[in-house]
Amino acid sequence: MVTNVTNLGRSGLYDWLVQRFSAVILATYSFYILGSFVVNPDMNYEQWSALFASNVMRMFSLITLFALCAHAWIGMWTISTDYMTSLQLGKRATFFRLLFQAGCALLICVYLLWGIQIFWGN
Amino acid sequence: MLVSIYRYNPDTDDKPVMRDIEIELPAGKDLMVLDVLELVKQKDPSVVYRRSCREGVCGSDGMNINGKNGLACITPVSEAVKPGGKLVLRPLPGLPVIRDLIIDMSMFYKQYEKVKPYLINDQTPPAIERLQSPEDREKLDGLYECILCACCSTNCPSFWWNPDKFIGPAGLLQAYRFLADSRDTADTERLSGLEDPFSVFRCRGIMNCVAVCPKGLNPTRAIGHIRTMLLQQGT
Ligand code: SF4
Ligand code: SF4
Ligand code: FES
Repeated sequence: MVTNVTNLGRSGLYDWLVQRFSAVILATYSFYILGSFVVNPDMNYEQWSALFASNVMRMFSLITLFALCAHAWIGMWTISTDYMTSLQLGKRATFFRLLFQAGCALLICVYLLWGIQIFWGN
Repeated sequence: MLVSIYRYNPDTDDKPVMRDIEIELPAGKDLMVLDVLELVKQKDPSVVYRRSCREGVCGSDGMNINGKNGLACITPVSEAVKPGGKLVLRPLPGLPVIRDLIIDMSMFYKQYEKVKPYLINDQTPPAIERLQSPEDREKLDGLYECILCACCSTNCPSFWWNPDKFIGPAGLLQAYRFLADSRDTADTERLSGLEDPFSVFRCRGIMNCVAVCPKGLNPTRAIGHIRTMLLQQGT
């Protein structure tokens, strides 16, 4: 068993499941948004903001936002542990990897808070 | 035919180099790559490589032949080289080179050891032997034939990146070989040793392993089965 502290769910199985579920949510949301453009090609600002006004849509957006953040973290974490290892970077690998992961975590948190504010703020 | 061989002797060379050597091939015969290597060795005895059975059974002469991993002894020259082309031999990629075509396989064996490649059974042994139905025995086909030549694992990008953490196709094929064995009672422990983010889940389904296995085995499928078993146990 390989142990480590920085992955999301502490288990590869859990991460793998989250990655797949979140992908489905992201795809559904993207198709929904794209679909509404197809149905209404010359959408104006009022219609666009009305689309996001209902509570159902706000929930859907929020869930998608969480899915996006989880998906991004697992993905970026995986990339960093593939490419930023001591085999590639030598002794400084841990430092750079942690720095990279901290940067990703920070960015994801900012997007999360910012997104919540956009969807749920006034 | 021109044969280009990866040469490296850590005692005398700073860096590995590819060196060409011209070999007369007997006319009208399609030699195996290993036969060509033997001819090379007659000309230049300093070339070193591993070999033993010369019939695809021992798994010791895995090497990179014109860009593709395979066993030199069962790869015909006609299959590896286009007519008029040259034969290019390198060690299997991704593991440290000891000398010329010989690699240090410790990491590969360490991953193999991790999956406990032996039968574990906590019941009292029967007087004669543990029986298995023909159907259950059949489940081991396509798994037990592995000769640990390492062609697959050294062709797997995930294994190149994390050879110390990702078990790799060869080890995982054997992990499943014991998970699938009706006589083995350690499924739960075996699976809990595999559920971390590296051991199994670094497999990205690239199927490079399947593409090169000289025994025609399918590690990707076995990895899929392990994942399903992990899902069943974990949910
Ligand atoms: S299928 Fe998996 S184990 Fe096989 S080469 Fe690809 S990543 Fe490696
Ligand atoms: S699975 Fe095939 S390629 Fe891999 S070690 Fe076994 S025999 Fe060799
Ligand atoms: S020499 Fe034994 S497999 Fe090639």
